[in-house]
Amino acid sequence: MENQIIETGTVQLTKEDFSSDQMVKWCPGCGDHAILHAVENVFPELGIPKEDFVVVSGIGCSSRFPYYMNTYGIHSIHGRAAAIATGVKLANPKLSVWMITGDGDSMAIGGNHFIHTIRRNIDINLLLFNNKIYGLTKGQYSPTTPKGSKTKTSPQGTFERPFNPGVLVIGAQGTFFARTLDTNPKAMTAVFLEAAKHKGTSVVEILQNCVIFANKTHDLITSRETRDDNQLFVEHGKPLLFGKNKDKGIVLKGTKLEIVTLGENGVTENDILVHDQFEKDPGVHSMLASMMPPEYPVALGVIRSVVSETFNDAMMASIEQEKENSAIKTVDDLLNSGPTWVID
Amino acid sequence: MTSKNSKVVELEQVVIRFAGDSGDGMQLTGSLFSDSTAFAGNDFATFPDYPSEIRAPQGTVSGVSGFQIHFGQKTVYTSGDLADVLVAMNPASLKANMRWIKEGAIIIVDGDAFVDKGIEKAGYKSDPTTDGSLGGFKLIKSPISTLTREAVKHLDIDMKSTMKSKNMFALGIVMYLFNRDPEQIHRYFEKKFKANPIVVESNKAVLAAGFNYADTIELFGTTFKVEPAPLEKGRYRNITGNIATAWGFIAASEKSGRPLFLGSYPITPATEILQELTYHKNLNVKAFQAEDEIAGIVSAIGASYTGAMAITTTSGPGLSLKSEAIGLAVMTELPLVIVDVQRGGPSTGLPTKSEQSDLMQALFGRNGEAPVIVMAAKSSADCFYSAYEASKLSLEHMTPTILLTDGSLANGSEVFKIPAVADLPSINPPLAQANDPAYKPYRRDPEKLNRQWAIPGTEGLRHRVGGLEKEDGSGNVSHDPLNHERMTYLREAKVQKVADYIPLQEVYGADDADLLVVSWGGTFGVMLTVVEKMQELGKSVALAHFKHIMPLPKNTEELLGRYKKIIVCEINNGQFVKYLRMNFPQFKYLQYNKIQGLPFMVAELEAKFNELLND
Repeated sequence: MENQIIETGTVQLTKEDFSSDQMVKWCPGCGDHAILHAVENVFPELGIPKEDFVVVSGIGCSSRFPYYMNTYGIHSIHGRAAAIATGVKLANPKLSVWMITGDGDSMAIGGNHFIHTIRRNIDINLLLFNNKIYGLTKGQYSPTTPKGSKTKTSPQGTFERPFNPGVLVIGAQGTFFARTLDTNPKAMTAVFLEAAKHKGTSVVEILQNCVIFANKTHDLITSRETRDDNQLFVEHGKPLLFGKNKDKGIVLKGTKLEIVTLGENGVTENDILVHDQFEKDPGVHSMLASMMPPEYPVALGVIRSVVSETFNDAMMASIEQEKENSAIKTVDDLLNSGPTWVID
Repeated sequence: MTSKNSKVVELEQVVIRFAGDSGDGMQLTGSLFSDSTAFAGNDFATFPDYPSEIRAPQGTVSGVSGFQIHFGQKTVYTSGDLADVLVAMNPASLKANMRWIKEGAIIIVDGDAFVDKGIEKAGYKSDPTTDGSLGGFKLIKSPISTLTREAVKHLDIDMKSTMKSKNMFALGIVMYLFNRDPEQIHRYFEKKFKANPIVVESNKAVLAAGFNYADTIELFGTTFKVEPAPLEKGRYRNITGNIATAWGFIAASEKSGRPLFLGSYPITPATEILQELTYHKNLNVKAFQAEDEIAGIVSAIGASYTGAMAITTTSGPGLSLKSEAIGLAVMTELPLVIVDVQRGGPSTGLPTKSEQSDLMQALFGRNGEAPVIVMAAKSSADCFYSAYEASKLSLEHMTPTILLTDGSLANGSEVFKIPAVADLPSINPPLAQANDPAYKPYRRDPEKLNRQWAIPGTEGLRHRVGGLEKEDGSGNVSHDPLNHERMTYLREAKVQKVADYIPLQEVYGADDADLLVVSWGGTFGVMLTVVEKMQELGKSVALAHFKHIMPLPKNTEELLGRYKKIIVCEINNGQFVKYLRMNFPQFKYLQYNKIQGLPFMVAELEAKFNELLND
C-alpha cells in the first residue's frame, strides 16, 4: 500500500505500557471504555516508542481520555484540541499525535479548527466520539443530534439539521475518513490501525453510546435485530454488500446510490459498486459517508484514504531548503544583513 | 554632492513630514530619506501615519498617507512633534497635515495637483496656495507632475508608471534641501526593480530631475545640513519595532537552544511580526499562520508543551480572543510569550492608531486567578531587547508572559546599535532530564517556584497536563479545596518571584525632584525628551519610566515614596495609575491622559509639568 508508513517495530510494548494509574471516571456502560481499550491495544502494535505518543483532547466526556493513557498528553480547552495537536505535530513531526474529541467539541465550538486541520492535512489521528449529545453538561443537543430530538435544550424537538461528520471531513478535503462502532472492538481496532498508518489527518468517527443522556441513539445500527440491515462494512476492492445473507448491495444509478438485492431484477454481484478507498475524487466517498438508516445502511470501515502531501512534511521540506539556500546562518548574520553603517 | 546655488545653514535637528494620497508612495519616499539620513550619520526616528483603508477614495482627506522623520546631531528619542518641512503631493494631504507643522515651516506642494477638482475633493473652498491662507509659511509650489513627465520623456515608459515616480521628484527636492547625495538612493532602485531596468532608469531620472530643478531654479535661498550625531562606536541599522520584536525572539531562540514556534493570525498592527518570521525558516523558525487568533495561541501552547520556544503575536481584539488560552498556559505552567501590539480600542477601535489601553486586559483579562508576567517595550529598538527578555523570563520561570508594544513602536523606526549575540544574557530553561526517577510534573524549584519542562520524546518523563486544577507536586487532577488554594498562591508567588530577576527601576533625575513623572511602555522617547529639556532649563523634574509591570521592580514603592508630587502620563484613560493606586494606595497620584489615537507632544507635556511645578 503506497501510504503504509509504519515499519515493523523493534520496540516490544504491551497494553500495560499505556494504561495509566488514574481512576477512569466515565459512567458504567459508557462507550468510551471500549474505545480506551481499543486504543490501548493499538498503540503497542505501532512500533513506536512509548514516549513518542502525545494524546491531545479538548473538553467533554471523551476529552478526559489523555488522563487515562500513560503517554505524554494535553487535556486542553473546549474545541481547541485540533489546533493544539497541530502545534505539537509541527513542533516535532516525529511524534505520533492522537486527538480525542466529541461531537460538541469538534463539530460545534471547535468546528473551525476541525476543518482547517483537515484541510491542511496535518499528520495526526483524530478520534471523534459521536454520541450525538452533550454529555458532560448533562444532555443538551449537539450539532449531530438527529433533527426533532427532544433534549434539555430542545423540549419541543430540535429544529436543526445535524452535521454528518464524514461529509464534513470529505468536504474539507479530508484525506482519510473511517467510521466504526463502540460495540465492535475488533472492527474498531482494525480501523485505528489503518488511521495510524495513514499519513495526513486521519479522522475516525466512532458511533458511541451515551447511556445517560442519549441511550440507544445508534440503536438502529447496533441492535441485534436491525444491525445486519443497517451496517455496511466497506472494504477496499470488495463489492459493497450487506444484509444478513450479504444479498443486498449498493449500486451507482445516475448521480445517486441505490440499494439493490442480488437475484432480483437480474442483479448480480458484478453490478454492485466496488469500494475504492484510494480514489481521489471525493464523490462516491461523500455519498457513502452520507448514507444513514433507515433509508440506507451506515457505511463502516475505511471510506476514504488518499495520499496527499502533509502540511508538516511540506513545512519541514521548506525549512531544509531555506537552511541550505540562505546566506544567513546565525542571528548575528541576520542582525548585520541589509543596509547597515558603522560609526568609528 | 553639495548644492551649488545656495547658502548652507547648520541645524541641530529637523522634522520632515512626507504626505500624499495613499497610492502616492509616501512610505517609500520616507524610508528612502531615512536610509540617506543613516548614511549622513544622524540619529533619527520615524513614524508612518496611514489610513486603515488600503486605497481610500483618491484625493480625499481620509485617503492621506504620511511619513514623518525626525533627525538630529544629538540623540533623537521620538519621531518629532511638529514638522519643519511638509511635502504635500495633493490638496488633501496639505489639508490633513496643516495641524502637524510648525509656524513658518517649509511646505513643498505639487502645483499640478492644485486644480479645481482636487481642491474641492480636499474640502477647500478656494485654492490655499493662492488665497493667502499659507501666508505664514514658506510655500514652494512646483509643477511636480509636469516635470516628472518631462524627466522621463526620453524613456519608453507608460503614463501610469511615470506618475508613480513623481514621489521621487519630491524626494529629489528634499535631498537637495538637506545637502544629501541622491546617488545613495540608486542602489535601492537597482535592487528593487532588478527585473525592470526601465523603471530603474526612470526613477533615477526623476530623482535627479527633482534635485537639479531645486538647484537650477534656486528654489531655496538657503539649504540645510545636520551634522552627524555622536553615536557610540559600532555598527548600526534602522529598525522598526515589529522587526525588532521578531528578531529579539529569533535571538532568544538561538540563545536558549529551543527552536522558535510562532502561532499567529494577521491583525493590524502586529501582522508584520508574523510576516517577518515566515522569512527566517533558515534560522529554524516555524511560523504558523493559523485559522484564527485562538488557533494561533493554542498551537503555540501545543508547541511549547513539545519543547519549542513558543510565541503568539496579536493586537488588542486578538488578545481578547486569546484570554481563555492564556489561562491554559497559566494552569499548565508552560513558557509562552504573547505579544500585544496595542491599538486604539475597544472593539475594532482605531486599528492604525496607537494606544496604551490594553494594560488592564493584559494584567487581569482572564477567568480565575491567572497571573502572568507583563512587560512593555519602551522604543522601537528596545522591542528587540524586550522580546528577548520576555522570552528569557518566560522560559526560565515557566510562565506565560505578555509583552505589550504599540502601533507607534511597531511601525516607527529608529537607529539600532547592532548587538553581538554572544553579549546577550544566557537563557537556561529548566529542562527535566530523561529517566529522572524524582521527576514529578509539578515539582517546583525552591527559588523560582517554577516546574520543570519535560519534553515529549524524552524517555521516562511521560506526563499529562491540562486545564483542570493540578495536585501540587504530582500534577494529577485534583478538586481538593486546600490544594486549589495552595496552587493559586504558588502560581501568584512564582510570578512575583520574577521581581528578583529583573532590574531595579531607574529614575532619570534627582531623588528629591519636585515632580516625578511616571510613564510606561511606548511613550519613553517623548517623556525623556520633555524631562531632559526641562532639566536643562533647571526645572526640578525626574522621570520613572516602567518596562516591567507585573511584577513591578522591587524598589517601586520606595521610589514613589521619595517624591511629593507624582504624575502618571498614559495614552489611555488612566490604567497604570489605577494599578499603582491599587498596589501603593498610600501615595497621591496626578494623571495626564490622552486618548486621541495620537502620541504625546513635547509641548503639551512641558506645559502640564510647568503648571504643576508652579502650583
